[in-house]
Amino acid sequence: MSHPATDPDKIIGTTPDNALRNADRADARADGPVLAADGTPLKRSLARALRAQKLRALALIAPLLIFVLVSFIAPIGDMLFRSVENQIVKDTLPRTVVALRDYDAASTELPRDEVFEAAYYDIFYAAERKIHTRLGSRLNYEMSGASSLFRKSGRGLDDVGELYQDQFEALNEGWDEAGPWVEIMADPEWVTEQAAWDAAPEGRMPRFELREGIAEILPRTSEAYETFARFTQVEEGDSPLEEEPWSAVHTALYQDLSATDLSGYSGPRADMLQAADALVESDGFETVAFRDAFAEVDEDWVEPEIWQTIKMYSPAYTSGYFLNSIDMQKTADGPALRDADERIYGLLFWRTLFMSLVITFSCILLGYPIAYLLSNLPSGKANLLMILVLLPFWTSLLVRTSAWKVMLQQQGVINDVLVWLGMVSDDGRLVMINNQFGTIVAMTHILLPFMILPMFSVMSTIPVSYTRAAKSLGATNWTAFWRVYFPQSVPGIGAGSILVFILSIGYYITPEIVGGTSGIFISNRIAYHISSSLNWGLAAALGSILLVVVLILYWAYDRIVGIDNVKLGG
Amino acid sequence: MSEAILTPIEKKPIGFTVGVLAAAGAVAGLFIGTAQGSGLVGIVAGAVLMAVLAFVALEVLGPGMEKPLRWGVIALFAVAGLLLGSVPGLILGALFGWFFGWFAYWIGMGRYRAHLVPYLTGGQVLWHYSFRVICGAIFIFLITPILVVMPLSFNAENFFTFTPGMLRFDPEAYSLKHYRDFLTNPEWTNAVKNSLMVAPVATLISVGLGTLAAIGLSQSHVPGKRAIMAILISPMIVPLIISATGMYFFYSKIGIVGTYWGIVLAHAVLGIPFVIITVTATLVGFDRSLTRAAANMGADPIRTFFKVQMPLILPGVISGGLFAFITSFDEVVVVLFIGSAELQTLPWQMFTGLREQISPTILAAATILVGISICLLTTVEMLRRRSERLRGMSPS
Repeated sequence: MSHPATDPDKIIGTTPDNALRNADRADARADGPVLAADGTPLKRSLARALRAQKLRALALIAPLLIFVLVSFIAPIGDMLFRSVENQIVKDTLPRTVVALRDYDAASTELPRDEVFEAAYYDIFYAAERKIHTRLGSRLNYEMSGASSLFRKSGRGLDDVGELYQDQFEALNEGWDEAGPWVEIMADPEWVTEQAAWDAAPEGRMPRFELREGIAEILPRTSEAYETFARFTQVEEGDSPLEEEPWSAVHTALYQDLSATDLSGYSGPRADMLQAADALVESDGFETVAFRDAFAEVDEDWVEPEIWQTIKMYSPAYTSGYFLNSIDMQKTADGPALRDADERIYGLLFWRTLFMSLVITFSCILLGYPIAYLLSNLPSGKANLLMILVLLPFWTSLLVRTSAWKVMLQQQGVINDVLVWLGMVSDDGRLVMINNQFGTIVAMTHILLPFMILPMFSVMSTIPVSYTRAAKSLGATNWTAFWRVYFPQSVPGIGAGSILVFILSIGYYITPEIVGGTSGIFISNRIAYHISSSLNWGLAAALGSILLVVVLILYWAYDRIVGIDNVKLGG
Repeated sequence: MSEAILTPIEKKPIGFTVGVLAAAGAVAGLFIGTAQGSGLVGIVAGAVLMAVLAFVALEVLGPGMEKPLRWGVIALFAVAGLLLGSVPGLILGALFGWFFGWFAYWIGMGRYRAHLVPYLTGGQVLWHYSFRVICGAIFIFLITPILVVMPLSFNAENFFTFTPGMLRFDPEAYSLKHYRDFLTNPEWTNAVKNSLMVAPVATLISVGLGTLAAIGLSQSHVPGKRAIMAILISPMIVPLIISATGMYFFYSKIGIVGTYWGIVLAHAVLGIPFVIITVTATLVGFDRSLTRAAANMGADPIRTFFKVQMPLILPGVISGGLFAFITSFDEVVVVLFIGSAELQTLPWQMFTGLREQISPTILAAATILVGISICLLTTVEMLRRRSERLRGMSPS
């Protein structure tokens, strides 16, 4: 596959490489090293020249290579990465993922209460950041209903915190105000800085700090309050000094108070806290278990399925998209085939391959006679006819696709002609568009030049005298063609077929316009997932599979034809 | 197979001529017959008519009266066509008449053998012409869709098909209104403007970087040349839908989705393989001793490049640029993904037009694009020949 212009051994004239070899030979003959004019050994100075030449060549290539790597290879890499990437579950539900670590996805039991607690906080925070619906739609690809489940829960789980918030508020109005909370939770130094910033907002807000020691006394409340304060600062740009905390903080306070005894506490607002502690200990205090709260929102939360799904998709990388794209799914017992009525991608891949093969075959069938004719005509006539091949090649793809739409539709040109000739009746017009037939015809037409051109360039190198010789030795026309001519034209068929197959397997525009539903390719499904269903991971996985197929063919093409032997326009 | 007469021609037996013509007439009659209601009548009438024509032409009048007879046949068929189907019938009839007039003498006088070598058997001659007919059919398949678009774009109605008026060649049925729409409707003019803004810049980037890299690649010692070449050609091989998907993800990450430069960048990458392929092909025949001679005479590398190398490889560079331009000008998949509503290009507009609202303005746009492709094709072909001449290769 070496190129006559670039293979050192084929370049006519001397290159540093040839000179270096000559120097080697001279060294072997002479007693001492051969010297260049300036006294350095010839070998060294030639090696330097060679190195300089290599560097110069690389310097010329580098800008383009970097450009292609950044604007083309990087996007492809990004797509491959996206087909396995699954950070969203871990990022949105960090506590739940940790709590689920020892949960067995294969079990039919519900996870422990700690998991429900973690999920409550995670979903509450996610709802505040308005990202719970995004996770819902992600999990919906794996378990239908997850989307609405998460949307509901974002609102529904507020009830838990409000229950506690109301009771604390009834005890003391201060529990629903910003001030007392700041006094209890925040570092006094930070409070001073924040107050100064509030008075004159300049530069960055001072980062919220917890009061020393509070994290030991009220661990959950501290965490919840810190999350709230940082969120208020960063996401909303407000001062935590003026914002009353989320109801999740009240839930955390209830949990802390019921777990610890605060009689020895002597920090700020000790009376308020101790009163609240007493209230929590008292009989009349209403509580709700997290599990019941989830069950209240939706019964699905107390089914194991959703927890199994979360557990299965909690790692940062998943094979789930790839399994989906080959009609399988992750189950508790490992990957398994989907139900027969949910399998679509296998059929689509198969159809894409089948139709590409049919198109390639029709291109061979139609292209071979043309290439043969062109390579056997005198060059003047051949050039004239070549224009008929090149004109479609140069014509916009959309023009040709619209032309086929005009030709094939039911009120289209072909049907009109057939009706006029009386071959079909007016109400029996042929359906030639929006099905596989339409796609195959239009794509055969569009890709035919890609078959003819490589075939032509191979066939025009086959000497006429070979078949003449065969005939004069007694071969029949058919034998002379089949045993002598055809084998020599096979490289052209191979080159054209791989090219056409590669091009057709990833076609999008033509199937989209003339393919209807039965004539679409895998590419159309990828586009659908990118722009309509927004399941980007699945689109990326489907794309990756297609890419692998194409790259294998590309490799084969390089082996057989050589990428630098691709010709454009004869 | 030169134009010279290879085989002396002689008059064929009248039975052969009458038979062949009757068969041909039967086939033509079948079509006309079914169109008029009865296929069987058509076959019989066609066969009889043609047999009579052959007999009259070759036996009664003889070759001496060829010219007047052929004109007579044309006139006769044209009148018959006019009676059967008005103006289109007239034209079709005249064409039929011309063909059969010529065909009768071509067969009858044995002219079909004139340009073939004398030793061919009858079967071989038959195959030779059948093969031509097959090839002709394939050429028709190649070119008809493009030709059909053109007359339809002058349709006065908003139909995608020929109206009865158009078939009657009624001037009322033709109009330029779709062209007017194309040139005045802001949707289309904006699309053209956007395409013209994107394509030249993308072409400049791919030609500039691509030519440099092609020159670098054609040097004798490039480490990892195969791999580099494979990477540089890959935008042409990787299916557009995959490129578009990847670009959509990646470009949205770096925030250039829906921007002008995002599209330019994407189109420049897609055009690069074409520049690399055409320019390296031009460099194949480049005589390196020329640059050495220039260097010998004291020219620095930059001067050598612009004064010696560039003029010689310029045809390749320009045709690579034209390929890159048409790639960008014709590209729709990537634009659909990473474009935005304000940056709709012409192919985008055509694509949405084809999918949603069916308006023959698309056909007007298509006709204009075909015109542009013809110009580009001619330029590229001329450049290719010039380049081959410059490099001392024989023009093919």
